[in-house]
Amino acid sequence: MEPIKLHYVVSGNDFTCAGEASGKIKRELKGLGFPNDIVRNVAIAVYEGEINMVIHAGGGVIDVEITPECISLDLIDEGPGIPDVSLAMKEGFSTAPENVRQLGFGAGMGLPNIKKYTDEMIIDTEVGVGTTIHLKVYIK
Amino acid sequence: MTVKELAKKLDLTYLSCEDKAAKREINGCYCGDLLSWVMSKAKEDNIWLTVMGNINSIGVAVLTDVACIILTENAPLDDNAKEKATENDVIVLTTSKTSYQVAAEISKL
Repeated sequence: MEPIKLHYVVSGNDFTCAGEASGKIKRELKGLGFPNDIVRNVAIAVYEGEINMVIHAGGGVIDVEITPECISLDLIDEGPGIPDVSLAMKEGFSTAPENVRQLGFGAGMGLPNIKKYTDEMIIDTEVGVGTTIHLKVYIK
Repeated sequence: MTVKELAKKLDLTYLSCEDKAAKREINGCYCGDLLSWVMSKAKEDNIWLTVMGNINSIGVAVLTDVACIILTENAPLDDNAKEKATENDVIVLTTSKTSYQVAAEISKL
C-alpha cells in the first residue's frame, strides 16, 4: 500500500478553529479502520499540537503520513521556538497567557500529553526560528 | 445506563443532541475544567462534569469520546459551542448543582 499523505494548515490566534485538523485526522483514521485507541491517541496528540501552535506560534502546518504499520506526524511552526525543552516537557510548566488559561488551556500538559500518546517524539526547535515536532505512532 | 436515564434521574436539562441520549451508554465519570488535563485523564464513555462551555470543550469531548458533558452551576454554553456540539453529536446537559453535588449523586446510582 502506498502511504497516505495529508496536509493541514492551522490558523494562528483562532481558538475556534483549533481542533479542526485533529478532528479530520480522527475521521480519516477511523475510516481507514485503525483501532479506536490508536485513533484517540493520535487525535489527542494532534489537538495538543494545534493548541500549542495557536497559543504560541501564530499557527503552523501538520503533515501526516499513514501506512498500515505506522502513523507519522510532523507539526511545524515558525513561532518563537522553545528555549528550554526539558522544562517545557515538565507537567504543569506553562507560558500560556491569562486569556488562554481562562479558556481552559495552559495547564502545562500539552507537550507531556503529546509524548504520552505517541511512541516517538522528537522536538527540533530553535529560538526565533520555529519548532518542528516529529511524532510516530506504531500499529502494534 | 444511558445518558437519557441519567438525565431523568438527576433532573438535567438538555442543551444539545437530546435525540442521541437514549442510545448513548455511560461508564464512569470525570470532573475537570483544564482541557489538557481532561484530555489526558477522561475515559471513553465517561460523563464529563465541567463549567467550561466553550467551543474547545466540545473539541475535547469529541476527541475523548466522552458520553456527554454536564455543565454544572448553570455555566453557559457558547453559541458556537452549541453549534459544534450539534454538528458532532455531542450531548450537552446543564444543571444548577455544583460538580461535587452531581458527582456525589452519580456515585450513588
